[in-house]
Amino acid sequence: MAKKVVLVACGTGIATSTVVSDAVDKLAKENKIAVEIIQCKMMEVPSYQDRADLLVTTTVAGKDYPFPVINARSFLTGIGLDKVKNEILEELKK
Amino acid sequence: MQIKIEEDLIMLDLCGQANEDILSQMADNLCHCGYVKESYKPAVIAREKVFATGLPTGSYGVAIPHTDIVHVNKPTICIARLKHDVDFVIMGEESETVAVKLLFMLAMNEQHAQLNVLQKLMGLLQDNEALTYLATEDDKSKIKAFIIDKLNLEGGE
Repeated sequence: MAKKVVLVACGTGIATSTVVSDAVDKLAKENKIAVEIIQCKMMEVPSYQDRADLLVTTTVAGKDYPFPVINARSFLTGIGLDKVKNEILEELKK
Repeated sequence: MQIKIEEDLIMLDLCGQANEDILSQMADNLCHCGYVKESYKPAVIAREKVFATGLPTGSYGVAIPHTDIVHVNKPTICIARLKHDVDFVIMGEESETVAVKLLFMLAMNEQHAQLNVLQKLMGLLQDNEALTYLATEDDKSKIKAFIIDKLNLEGGE
């Protein structure tokens, strides 16, 4: 299976995407799934549009993308975290 | 660079009508203490409008406003407790708001900022006991020590 490319984006690419990138990386490793994680600002997402399989973001996506978008706020608040982890895993296993 | 916490950057019972008012007072304080440039204030206010940072937690509403690293001199976190809750749009939502009691305004000067500190901060947001402590303790030196301990930072000067 080809390595999935996961974009992790927030507004500045500094704070919340740092935490979420690490969490998605751990999640993939725990489940023995090879992923390439690209941490970026939301405004940079279109430049990765052709390569990405999934967008995980703490902000509003703002437009439609050719890949699924998953809201990652749960990684910050812990509320509904299992559900979001499962959503991400489902996409990674496709 | 090591993140430093100062008692001067712990603002208790802060009053304000709207979130911009609160952000403005916190940014002014950060600027006054030399941690951020004057450009930080308009930048953090503008960013909150586009990329909201309100977070519903298990207890008190929290917000973690921040902006680009170019506006920051030295890394720190300014903490505010509001006298009366103020609505902030929830991170990742178009318009849904959360009534915010506690704010952690991040002044970060590295791209992909200190993961450990940020992870511990997010851990704090999931810790209702810790949030209750911050919402009720009135001694700034105790709050400072509490934050340094929780975020595993080195002490002041």
